[in-house]
Amino acid sequence: MSTYYAEEHEWITVEGDIAILGITKHAAEQLGEVVFIEQKEEGDEFAQGDEIGVIESVKAASEIYAPVDGEIVEVNETLADNPGALNESPEGDAWIYKIKLSDPSQLDGLMDLAAYKNLIG
Amino acid sequence: MSDTPKRTPLYDLHVELGGKMVDFAGWEMPVQYPAGIMTEHRHCREKAALFDVSHMGQVILRGEDIGAKLEKLCPQVFTTLPVGKARYAFFTNEAGGIMDDLIVSNAGDYFFVVVNAALRHQDIPHMAAHLDGVEVTEIFDRALVAVQGPSAEDVVGSLCPAARDLKFMETTLGEIDGVECRISRLGYTGEDGYEISIPETEAIRLSKLFLAHPDCEPAGLGARDSLRLEAGLCLYGNDIDQSTSPVEASLLWAIQKRRREEGGFPGADRILKEIAEGAPRKLVGIQPEGRAPARQHVEIQSFEGNTIGEITSGGFGPTVGGPVAMGYVSAGHGTPGEKVNLIIRGKAQPAEIVALPFVPQNYKR
Repeated sequence: MSTYYAEEHEWITVEGDIAILGITKHAAEQLGEVVFIEQKEEGDEFAQGDEIGVIESVKAASEIYAPVDGEIVEVNETLADNPGALNESPEGDAWIYKIKLSDPSQLDGLMDLAAYKNLIG
Repeated sequence: MSDTPKRTPLYDLHVELGGKMVDFAGWEMPVQYPAGIMTEHRHCREKAALFDVSHMGQVILRGEDIGAKLEKLCPQVFTTLPVGKARYAFFTNEAGGIMDDLIVSNAGDYFFVVVNAALRHQDIPHMAAHLDGVEVTEIFDRALVAVQGPSAEDVVGSLCPAARDLKFMETTLGEIDGVECRISRLGYTGEDGYEISIPETEAIRLSKLFLAHPDCEPAGLGARDSLRLEAGLCLYGNDIDQSTSPVEASLLWAIQKRRREEGGFPGADRILKEIAEGAPRKLVGIQPEGRAPARQHVEIQSFEGNTIGEITSGGFGPTVGGPVAMGYVSAGHGTPGEKVNLIIRGKAQPAEIVALPFVPQNYKR
C-alpha cells in the first residue's frame, strides 16, 4: 500500500488496482471551513485531470481533479451530511472516493510525501 | 493606485493575532483569524467581534450649508439631519445608478463621511468638485474599528460610559482611556455595535483594550461579508453599482419623503419614475433549498425555466446554518414564497424567494 500526491492537492492510497482518494490536509487548511461537497456517482469514469467534484468552503468553491484515469467504485456518502469532516480528517475518515485505476503506470508521475511536502513548502 | 497593498494602522495587530492577510481593494486585510470565519461570525452574533475597517475612507466636510449641498449629490435629506445623527446615504449618477454608498454624520462643526475603500479615489474628488465652498479633507491618520454584537455596548461602554447612551445611528466624540475618539453606534453586520475612529498611533492599544473584554474576539473580512449578507445589507460592487438604481436595489427606505416628492438629485428622472411605476428588476433574498451555496453570477430561472435574473451575493450563512443569497429578478417575480431554480454548475437547484433580512436586525433604537 502506497500513498501518492498530486499537484492539485489530492492524495491517493493504492492497493493493487484499487485506490482511495481524498484532499490533503494542506488543501483543507487552504479552503477553510467546508460547507458543501458535490461528488460524482459510483460507476462514473474519468480521465487524469478531469474535474471529479467540487468542494465549497465559506470562502469559495474549489474543484477536485482526478490525479489518474479510473472509475469510481465507491462514494463516501457520509460527507454530504457532514462536509465539515473534510476539515477534521481529510487524510482519514473524510476520503472522497474509492476508485479503480485504469493505468497504474500513471502513478509514476505523481509525488511521494517528501516531494509533496517540498511543493507546499 | 500602486500595486503594493497598503497597510492599516492595525496591520501589526492582525499579524500578531494570526490573521490571514489578503489584498482587498488595495489594502492588506485579514480575511480571517485562526478561529475561522464561522466561529468569528457566530461570535459576533452571540457576543462581540472587533473588525478593522480602516480601509474605508474617512472624510471631513467643513463649510456653510453642507447639508443642502450634499442633497445635490444624494437622494437623502441632510438639511435637517440633527447634530449627533448619522444617516445611510448614496451618491447617485445622472443615469440614476448608485456611485457609492456611504454614511454621513452631522458632527456639529463639520460633517463626517465614511465611504467604501475601493471608491475613495472616486468619491473624494466627486465631493470636492461639486460641494462648492466646502473644504473636503480626507483623514489619513485615523483608524476605523468596528465593535459589533450584543455585547458591544458592554465592551465599549466599560471603557467609555457615554457610548452606552448612544442609540442606533447616533455619533459623539468620547474619550477612551484618555484618547479622543469619534464613536458612532452603527455598523454593517445587522447587530448592535459601534464604529470608532481612533488616532492611528493609539489604534492598536485601544483595540487591545476592547479585545481584553472576555466577550470580544477579532473577526476578519470573511465574517464581515457573511454577517452583512445574512442581515440583507448590500455590498457595493456586488449588489449595487453604477447601473443599479436605489429602487431596484430595494433601498427606497433610505430615500426620505421630501426627496421623493421634490427630486433635485442626480438621476431623479429615473428614480422617481421607478418609484411611481416600479422598476424593471429588484433585489430580493433567495434561500436555496439544498446545501449548495449559490454564489455571485449564478443564473436565476423561474419555476417554468425562463431566465429571470442573477445572484449578486451568495454564500453560506453560519447563523442560518445553510446557504443564503441575494440577487436581482425581473418585474413580475420576487414575491416571498415564489419557487425559483438556481443554475449551479449546469444543474437546476431549487430555491425560494424570501423576505430580507435572513437574520433579524438587532439594533438599539
